[in-house]
Amino acid sequence: MTRFVVGRLVGAVVILWLVSVLAFVLFFVVPKALGNNPAVLFAGRSPDPATIAGVTRKLGLDRSYVDQYWSFLRGVFVGRHFDSGSDRSWCPAPCLGFSFRNDQPVWSQIVDALPVTASLSLGAAVLFLTVGVSSGVLSAVRRGGLFDRIAAAVSLAGVSLPVYFTGLLLLLLVSYKWHIIDNVHYVALTANPALWAWNLLPAWIVLSLLYMANYQRLTRASMIDTLGEDYVRTARAKGLPERTVIGKHALRPALTPIVTILGLDLGVLFGGAILTERTFGFRGLGAISIDAVNTQDLPVTMGVTLFAAFFVIMANVLVDIAYAVVDPRVRPR
Amino acid sequence: MTDNHPTTEDRPAATDDRPVATDDRPVATDDRPVAIDDRPVAVDELVRVDRLTKVFPAGQGTFGRRRGAGAGVRAVDGISFSIARGATLGLVGESGSGKSTTGRLLSRLLDPTAGTVTFDGRDITRLPSRQLRPLRRDIQMIFQDPYSSLNPRHTIGAIIAAPLRVQGLASDSGQAMRARVRELLELVGLNPEHYNRYPHEFSGGQRQRVGIARALATRPKLVIADEPVSALDVSIRAQIINLLDDLRAELGLTYLFIAHDLSMVRHLSDTVAVMYLGQIVEIADRTTLFEHSLHPYTHALLSAVPIPDPASTRQRDRIRLHGDVPSPRNPPSACRFHPRCWKAQDICRTEAPPLADRSPAGSLGSSPAGLADTAPTEPRGPSPTGRPDTPPPGPPDTTPAGRPGTSATGSPGGPPRHQVACHFPEERTVI
Amino acid sequence: MSAPFLQVRDLSVRFTTDDGVVRAVDGLSFDVHRGRTLGIVGESGSGKSVTSLAIMGLHRRGRRVSIDGQIRLDGEDLVTASSARVRALRGQRMAMIFQDPLSALHPQFTVGDQIVEAYRVHHRVSRAAARRRAAELLELVGIPEPSRRLDDYPHQFSGGMRQRAMIAMAVSCDPALLIADEPTTALDVTVQAQILDLMRDLQREFDTAIILITHDLGVVAELGDDVLVMYAGQVMEHGSVADVFARPEHPYTWGLLQSVTRLDEQRDDRLRTIPGAPPSLITVPPGCPFHPRCAYREQAGPATGTVRPALVEAAPGHRVACHLPAEVRQRIRAEEVTPAR
Repeated sequence: MTRFVVGRLVGAVVILWLVSVLAFVLFFVVPKALGNNPAVLFAGRSPDPATIAGVTRKLGLDRSYVDQYWSFLRGVFVGRHFDSGSDRSWCPAPCLGFSFRNDQPVWSQIVDALPVTASLSLGAAVLFLTVGVSSGVLSAVRRGGLFDRIAAAVSLAGVSLPVYFTGLLLLLLVSYKWHIIDNVHYVALTANPALWAWNLLPAWIVLSLLYMANYQRLTRASMIDTLGEDYVRTARAKGLPERTVIGKHALRPALTPIVTILGLDLGVLFGGAILTERTFGFRGLGAISIDAVNTQDLPVTMGVTLFAAFFVIMANVLVDIAYAVVDPRVRPR
Repeated sequence: MTDNHPTTEDRPAATDDRPVATDDRPVATDDRPVAIDDRPVAVDELVRVDRLTKVFPAGQGTFGRRRGAGAGVRAVDGISFSIARGATLGLVGESGSGKSTTGRLLSRLLDPTAGTVTFDGRDITRLPSRQLRPLRRDIQMIFQDPYSSLNPRHTIGAIIAAPLRVQGLASDSGQAMRARVRELLELVGLNPEHYNRYPHEFSGGQRQRVGIARALATRPKLVIADEPVSALDVSIRAQIINLLDDLRAELGLTYLFIAHDLSMVRHLSDTVAVMYLGQIVEIADRTTLFEHSLHPYTHALLSAVPIPDPASTRQRDRIRLHGDVPSPRNPPSACRFHPRCWKAQDICRTEAPPLADRSPAGSLGSSPAGLADTAPTEPRGPSPTGRPDTPPPGPPDTTPAGRPGTSATGSPGGPPRHQVACHFPEERTVI
Repeated sequence: MSAPFLQVRDLSVRFTTDDGVVRAVDGLSFDVHRGRTLGIVGESGSGKSVTSLAIMGLHRRGRRVSIDGQIRLDGEDLVTASSARVRALRGQRMAMIFQDPLSALHPQFTVGDQIVEAYRVHHRVSRAAARRRAAELLELVGIPEPSRRLDDYPHQFSGGMRQRAMIAMAVSCDPALLIADEPTTALDVTVQAQILDLMRDLQREFDTAIILITHDLGVVAELGDDVLVMYAGQVMEHGSVADVFARPEHPYTWGLLQSVTRLDEQRDDRLRTIPGAPPSLITVPPGCPFHPRCAYREQAGPATGTVRPALVEAAPGHRVACHLPAEVRQRIRAEEVTPAR
């Protein structure tokens, strides 16, 4: 088992490295090849040639690509100097560079945004997972019944309505009409857990609506399959209570595909739920990345991309390990 | 019950003390010149299989996870037999015996690892895939499951016509093709007007008839039937067995009939080969095999089959084997049956018994020359190539020691030989 | 003989589907005594498996399933009993083993856990005690090193071992009735013989009543005391194994016996066959359900296509549902059925 986990982790590192190369090529090699000098982007509106030359030297854009990548990689692990001759700045590890726009280290921006995104994603995940899976189980058990039909309709509505519609509607209701939560904003968990949850709740609901449908339908389909399995009949033949038959014998194997999708969804959510963050005005990774893209802030875009890739890959590794825990048949001897 | 360990862990992992080559490379039969065609091949011999071996590579390794090389599964391990034109060879055995793999090797659905398959006088062992198409016309298969082997979206007319189209045997726009399909439907006992129906409109037995019609469309010489009736209801099985029987007579077909049901094999076959863990342990004409078998495994197998007659089935000589068939992934050394055999002696654990001739003394030389006994094993003088047919005696031998290259089966010219791979063969009445 | 442990009277099981009402079992009656084995023989769709699930109370009753008649287990009617009561009896007084032990055992729990669970539903004992019991059970069914094998998962067992483990689980609470639904169909023939021996041994030891459901006449001949031949949800013939195999009364039984190849026979002629295929249970033929495939329907008279034949005694303890007059049946059997074998 240890070997299996280590093997997966090594694989993850390799993929992450490939992603970093790809991101580097995409953000620094391709623009230059197309005639968009990153230094010009950095220097701002109508720069003079001297500034551009300074920026070029500072970012090391005059060096070879391999050299540039190596500096970048070193920066991530041990930090790096940016030196334009006149001004010299130290970027501590993990260094993803400085923003072109506000000169802040990219890493500190990510670190600031991460709690927002994490609160949003994990909270929503708990919500859509509990509601989605339990309503999916109920739908499967009472297939064709009233609950099943209502759940199908609700989840269809949830997945079809865009976030900026449901989000704004919810905001309108809770904030402006009923005044349940005035001025929805992010409160750090450490500052005030109750306010943290209270302010995030509308966003959780909105985000969950989007994902719940998938989990509801997936659980339902998966449960219908396992409920028809011979081992479920065996469990009933033993005289087990129906609760145990469904909650243990049928649900456990039905969770396998759900774990897979959850891993991927969580990875993506950690990259930033752009629309939801925008709608509720949270400064999470999604908001940062959309701003960075809009302002052609290459280091920030690249940093967020790498960070999101890291989460997607790690989520996949966790899924693989969870598989082995859940299902002894895929467990290596 | 003490020694019925079902899994492989407590069996000696002795793959290196077997006289059979166990490395991953093709066994040495592969290296010597393929001289089958030089031999005086009997005119009526349709199929000859010589030291046929199939090794499936072990484990599909992903990303740095791969099991040790050489740990392949020897699904079929150096088997030899031949089938005379118009005869039926029954292949019986339990799970893991390699009987289905043998069928797939013969039809070249799988590529042999070593050994040769000669079909109609031609070595087809290494035929490249583009040359396989004409071969597919001559060798057809019937599968176990009539539900999954027919495409549900095609009419049965299209299903039966497909091999004709592929082979270019009939023009696409065809009165001729339609007539041929009607003829085939009628041949297998279906209404020829049901040309345009879909598989789901037919019962299981009828679907198997469609499968048979499809197999016969190209007028094959050899039909490999792999458990053709196992998925069918009892009252339908007899219908299909009779159909196969009638078609053989009508069309002069040659069958390789693969089944686990021994009574059915007895009914349909001329010669029967019993397989165990990839090897043939006994082969004989059906009467000899069912009434005068010599191998303990054959005895155990026969004695385990219930007979639908309470009076006789409860009075039979009962042989109960311990445990299940071992995994072919890690078969026992020497005689593969020895861990389950009640007669096993030391030699059985150390030396693999050759598949040796046990025909009654008088019948050995009686078959007309060049007909039944084309096996290059008997001292009939040097073979035309001057190559000694059997490698010099004694280990290390690359083929099972002293094993005859072939066994003639079911040839109308003379009695097929009775061959047994056992150190202590003994007749026993078990039915 | 004591009162039968299981009495089934006029059992009918119907399923409502979109295509119509499926009469899966129609008017079935039989008894099973402790220490004896009843073989139920039939093809797919004969209603044999539906019967076993009905006895176990494993059909989910509701709009789509209706069960009528009586199923008396030790005198207690299961058809009218509450589902909680039937659940308490399930696994405790009656247990079941299935065709494919690989799919019938849960792939994600160890064999030990599954046996422990079966035992603890019905017994208030500690996990450790139940585990000791599970090891004893594995030993009882002939699994070597039982304590170690408890922690294995089903996929680590061989096919025969899995069926043994399944049997261990079924007999964990000493059930008086064991229903075996095609217990050996998925197994190799040498393993089948072992499993049949095991069932016979366990029956002797625990005086169990066994219902053995199979399509294999040989298995019934081997293990059965009585045999029930079913066709299209109805009983065609019922009697002791000795009687039914030696003096079969029903043309369907004749057909079955004649159409199977026998290991102890070498024939070169064609097999006798039953023409056609079993009917759909939505449109069971009126009258005798077998009449469209019966070779002797002309001699049975016109009633065979309209009136359902009653199940009457042809000999003491040997019942048959057939319109053919007894003397005609005897003549046909003597001339065509028995000599052929």
